[in-house]
Amino acid sequence: MTSCQACHVREAEVELTQVVGDQVTTMRLCGKCAAERGVATESQVADSPLGAFLAAMGQGVAPLALAASTGDRCGGCAATLEDFRASGRLGCPECWITFERPLRELLRRVHGGTRHVGKHYLSSATADGEEAGGGLRERIRMREALRQAVASELFEQAAVLRDQLRALEGP
Amino acid sequence: MSDVLPSEEGGLPWLDASGPSADLVVSTRVRLARNLAGVPFTGRNSEADREGVVAQVAAAAADAPALSESALHRLDGLSLAGRIWLQERQLASRELSAPDSSGEPRRGAALLIGRSFGVLLNEEDHLRVQGLSSGFALDEAFALAERVDDDLGARLSFAFHPEFGYLTACPTNVGTGLRASVLIHLPGLVFTREIGKVLQGLAQVGLTYRGLYGEGSEVLGHLFQLSNQTTLGKSEAELLDHLGRLVRQVLDCERQARDVLRREAMPMVEDRVWRAWGLVRHARAMTFEELVELWSAVRLGVGLELLRGVSLATLNHVLVQAQRAHLAHANGIGLDDEALAVHRATLVRRLLADEGRRP
Repeated sequence: MTSCQACHVREAEVELTQVVGDQVTTMRLCGKCAAERGVATESQVADSPLGAFLAAMGQGVAPLALAASTGDRCGGCAATLEDFRASGRLGCPECWITFERPLRELLRRVHGGTRHVGKHYLSSATADGEEAGGGLRERIRMREALRQAVASELFEQAAVLRDQLRALEGP
Repeated sequence: MSDVLPSEEGGLPWLDASGPSADLVVSTRVRLARNLAGVPFTGRNSEADREGVVAQVAAAAADAPALSESALHRLDGLSLAGRIWLQERQLASRELSAPDSSGEPRRGAALLIGRSFGVLLNEEDHLRVQGLSSGFALDEAFALAERVDDDLGARLSFAFHPEFGYLTACPTNVGTGLRASVLIHLPGLVFTREIGKVLQGLAQVGLTYRGLYGEGSEVLGHLFQLSNQTTLGKSEAELLDHLGRLVRQVLDCERQARDVLRREAMPMVEDRVWRAWGLVRHARAMTFEELVELWSAVRLGVGLELLRGVSLATLNHVLVQAQRAHLAHANGIGLDDEALAVHRATLVRRLLADEGRRP
């Protein structure tokens, strides 16, 4: 039996692995300390609307990759992953960018994939060159390019894109 | 009721039993979830945001050919009876007219209603565009919704992501935003006790079912709404095709079950059908739940050709008109009036008076 590495009181229930820069840290945490870090235990996830949905889909709820939260708040609506976990609903279209990584994992489990292959929407705003939602489209495009650069191991290009994205997204 | 309800002129074309397999399928609905770029989703936005959604969509609709004959109806100014009336016609969802913390429907909850389509505004997503068709007609219902979607999309800026597709408040709707549902009558499978197996099989291949009033509602009168569960990773055509193939299999199962009933239990089935027919034509007071069970047996009797000359369209309309908000509206009484049961029986007798006499 291992005690929680944060409070050293309760029993550890989850193992949290975080990657920050090139540092990888692993901690064993109790449910409460894990929750404070934005990680839900299996039973907590099962209680949320989305967890119930996943359970109903026969997907199990354990490794729901909403872990490793960095405490991000969405720049569009100030929602956090915790809000999403509680309500099962995202706050605004921009949440899809802010929480892109955990959402991608969730989509794989809910829909079996992440890529939309249906109707391609060209908005009236795109047609006249105007951006709705404060450069959202541009950031979506850059994130996609970043993902592809990482996948192709073009790390220098990826670093440039990452820095540009950071500059666009602010602190 | 002092509300101004949508005009009944134009009727409910998706209930006229003119569509394919109307003996088993009441109606088909396809809805597309859409949101405006840069506007927080309903669960996290302000009254001003929601008013902005109504204003933007209303302005787009005024200019859109596909919506030229539509009218905007606000639910936030409507009484409870008015809101339930819209749900009974399957135009509004429970979610759309659900009261918020103040006990009233959320500010900005509204509906654009056209002849065979509706656009729900400020539901879980900013827009839910839906097309409604009679019988089993997925392509037609989709075409109705898509026409409205195209016209609105060209005049508004929808939130769209190159990888994830149309962005929605709930990840279960993202991608195409498409949920197609087929309202299907399956008494044969229920009476032969095969329904459990069929529904279980459907769940395994990505289909879900609900009751008459959609999410969270119980199954009444052996009416099931079958719909796709996933919305991402397949095109609209593939999603419709997949659902269509499975619904056809369910229809085959129901027809086989009816053959079994014909061969092995005809006296029991006949008894049930004729008793139901007697009751609906002579009862003096009925709850809706009682009526729906009888209605199901009568509809089965028509399908088995025991009851001849009874129109499915009339039966479909009975189902709508005999609900409590419709009765309350038609008779100028309250939703909880004890006289509703009497008015219901009277209405059903009147609607069915001339049925069964035609050759």
